[in-house]
Order: sequence, then structure tokens, then C-alpha cells
Amino acid sequence: MTFELSDRVQAVPPSGIRRFFEIAEERDEVISLGVGEPDFATPWAARDAAITSLEQGKTSYTANRGKRELRESIADYVADRFELGYDPDEEIIVTAGASEAVDLAFRAFVDPGDTVAIAQPSYISYEPGVIFAGGEVLPVPTTKDDEFRLTVEGLEQAGAADADVLVLCYPNNPTGAIMPAEDLEPIADFAREHDLMVFSDEIYAELTYDGEHTSIASFEGMRERTIVFNGFSKAHAMTGLRLGYALGPADAIGAMNKIHQYTMLSAPTTAQYAALEALDSCANDVQEMVDQYDRRRQFVLSRFREIGMDVFEAKGAFYCFPEVPDGFTAEEFAEAVLREQGVAVVPGDVFGDVGEGHLRVSYATGLGDLRQALDRIEAFVDEHV
Amino acid sequence: MSEREVLELLRENARYSTADIARMTDLEESEVEATIEELEAAGVVRGYQAVVDWDKLEDERVRAEVELNVTLDRETGYDDIAERLARFPQVKALRLISGDYDFDMEVEGDSIREVSQFISEKVAPVPEITQTVTHYVMTSYKENGIELGDGEGDDRLSFSP
Repeated sequence: MTFELSDRVQAVPPSGIRRFFEIAEERDEVISLGVGEPDFATPWAARDAAITSLEQGKTSYTANRGKRELRESIADYVADRFELGYDPDEEIIVTAGASEAVDLAFRAFVDPGDTVAIAQPSYISYEPGVIFAGGEVLPVPTTKDDEFRLTVEGLEQAGAADADVLVLCYPNNPTGAIMPAEDLEPIADFAREHDLMVFSDEIYAELTYDGEHTSIASFEGMRERTIVFNGFSKAHAMTGLRLGYALGPADAIGAMNKIHQYTMLSAPTTAQYAALEALDSCANDVQEMVDQYDRRRQFVLSRFREIGMDVFEAKGAFYCFPEVPDGFTAEEFAEAVLREQGVAVVPGDVFGDVGEGHLRVSYATGLGDLRQALDRIEAFVDEHV
Repeated sequence: MSEREVLELLRENARYSTADIARMTDLEESEVEATIEELEAAGVVRGYQAVVDWDKLEDERVRAEVELNVTLDRETGYDDIAERLARFPQVKALRLISGDYDFDMEVEGDSIREVSQFISEKVAPVPEITQTVTHYVMTSYKENGIELGDGEGDDRLSFSP
């Protein structure tokens, strides 16, 4: 027999970066600026806590929502860092990466036919997540002229007033844009006025280089309509440990937990011990990594300007989003620079049509490689532009 | 603040060009040059050296960590003894430390015999030195904040979301 794929799975095209991956595999000496994960290892104290938990045989399931001690620790952390108050018993769920939390939210709150407005360019998993849940995606474009920040005008023009859910991701993957408090406030007003649920992915919150991160859930009247996603992958360099969490009102988190308990059961136990230690004692490690990213950010932005490629001043995450020179589409440029110079970058249209003409360049790579990669891009531009 | 940043970057890699440091710190290149010149002139930056993994070379160097105990008298202080010892080119590092002994001395030579002779003939006879304990370095795993040996490289996917 042949397997007949569900309509929902068929509706999701293959990932736009798969072909690039195959080209990169064929070549030696590729410097990859296409990665969305830290090049640092998890801070040693967190790794050590994970090892100790294994030595002690702590290998069983935890509570579905995650170890209570970890939920308490998360509650303290988000209160301290982002002025968010959540009850560890009912308003926090620990998940296998923030990605699982996002998926749970789509499945818990999106019905077939519901509209999910997504600020674009955006992380590539939101759109498939909405489709898997049976919903319909409403792209809300942001532009370089607005520093890739979401505006009320943008929401209105896209028709987001009629949407059911609004998805935000700031600091943003792929642009590196942030939304300061003064920019978020009108968005919060819009969400309240039009009765939108807000899914706010704040996985890059610690990687904010200009000012402090503000969560949209911290505005008056927003807590009750917002699910916040966060996790340990980015700031604590724990991608492979798969540990994230969601914060929200008790009913909402309860609904997400209903799906979680039948699918994941509980997040990886070893990772939960690592996360506890990460929150308890790794703030300095996080700060050191953030300082390094900030230096690399300034280096990369400055080099793109020297090369003559327009680049928006990214202020968060570990990506920048330069424009490709005239005469190239994003895909053409990315493919040519990979084939000719062995530098892997991601074409911006992978993150939504509005990303066309841009590249996502990750600086989660050592400075030596960054310098070499930028020199190669410069050689490519000198030859072809 | 910029001084501190420039120093941190030089400690990370003294071969960063002033242009690279300027890009990373958002300073003008001329400011970076001036800062480094000031730091050198003030004696804050004392020199630039390579971090070497001697195990990778055939003619590897012999290194020893030497614990020194001293007794002081009215005329001779720690600084006097240190000044005398630091002049020897074999002494690569010398620190006054707290704890069970007084000085921690790093010595380098071409052979165990050369290092031993240096300690017995040049260091031990110093009148104020009452005891030397020599530890030969067998393998070095980390030097100046840099891990030695072969790393496993970057095994992350070339592309990830």
C-alpha cells in the first residue's frame, strides 16, 4: 500500500533550506552562517547538574507540567527579569523546547478555519504549525523602513483585526529586530480592542543588545490573553537538551497540558535538572555569551556596510538581515555564494515572502570564521556586482 | 569602559587588527590605536605572546612549577627576592601567593637536567630560600584561557531554523 498523506501535511511545502543543505554537504570547507543555534556549549555548571542527575539515577518521568522546583525557579526568573508574575502550579508548563510549547498552543487554541496573524519575516515553524492545527495564516508584513517592527498600521492593512490569534517573535528570528515597550504598547491596545489572543515567542529575550526586553504580557490587560514562550536553547546554549516553557493563564496552560500529557508526557528529566542549575547559577555565563554576540554583531554589521551591502541595525537575537545587491534574488545570491565561496547563509524569503531580497546571517559562529566568511562575501560582491 | 573592552579583546586574541577591534566595539580605528598606545605606555599591556601547545612539537620544552619558601629579615623583603629571581631568563612566571608556600615560580628549559640544574645551582642557593619543591609539567590541557589538544570542530548542521 502507499501511505496517503493527510491534507494538512500535504499543505506544508518542503523546507526552503533543504536544497541548500544538500549543496553544503557536497562542498568541503563551508563556513556556515546559516545556523540558528549558539556555538557555545551549555555552561559547565548546568552540564554538571545534568550528569549528576544521571549518576543519581534520576531518569523517570517528572510531573507532566515539569518539576515543581523548576517551575518555581522559572516563575522567580521571569518575575525578576521581565516583570511577569505567574503561578508555578497552574500557569507554567515545561516543554521539550519552546517549539513544543508553540505547537501545543496552536493545537490548543486554533480551530479549522481560524485565522492566525503572523508578523513576518518570522521563524519558519509558525506557519506549518498553524496549518497542522487546521488554521489559516495571515501574514502581517514588517519592513526595513519600520526597522522590521510591527505597527498598528501594518496590522490594519493586513486585516489582522479579524484574526483570532496574533503571533509575535521579538527579538526576531530572522531580522534581529526588537520591539521596545513604546512600540509594543499600541500593539497591546490593538489586541485588546480586537479581542486577539497573542502568542509571544520570547526565546531570544536575553539576547537584547539595546535596552531591556519587554514582554507584551506585562501590559495591563494583556496577561489574560497572552501565552509567552521561552526556553533554554538560545541564551543558555542548550538547544540539544530540548527544554522550553510556556506562561499563561491557568485555563490556557491547562489546555496545553492536556495535549502535552498525551504526547510528550513530560519534558526530558535530565534537561530539567540542567535548566534548574542554569537558572540558579549561570547568569554570568549568559552575560559572557551575550557580550560575545554583541561584539560579533557589531563586527558583522560593520563589515556588511564596508562591503556595500545595506543592512538593518539588528538589536537582538544573533542574526542580521542584509539586503542582497541588485540583480540577485535572495535565493540566487545565497546559492551562488555557497557554491562559489563556500559560505552558507539563508535566503530571506524562507521566512515569508516579505523576506525576499534579504539574507539571514547568523553570527553564532567564532570571530575567526566570521571574518573569513565576510571576506569571502566581499570577494563575491567585488566580482559580481 | 572602552579601555576595558579593548583589553578584553586583546587578551582574547592579541592578533585582532585594530580595524577588527574598532568594528567590534563601535569605536573609531584611531581611538582603538590611541587606547592601545596609552595602555602600552602606562605599562598596563606589557607584551604580546603566542599560546603554544608544546606537546605538538618534537623538540618540546620542559616546564616545571616550583614552590618556594623563604624567610625574610630586616633588610630583605619579598620584593627583593622576587627581583633577584625574576631576572633569570629561565623563570617564565613568578608570583607571591598565599597558602602553604610563598612563591609560585614557573621555569622552562630544554631538558629536565637543565631545569634541575637551574633550580639547584641558581635558585636553591639564594640565602633567603629555605625550601624548593619542583613539579614537572607532564601534560598541559589549558594555557592562558585557551584549551589545548584537538577540539572536535563544529558539528552543528550547516542550516538550522
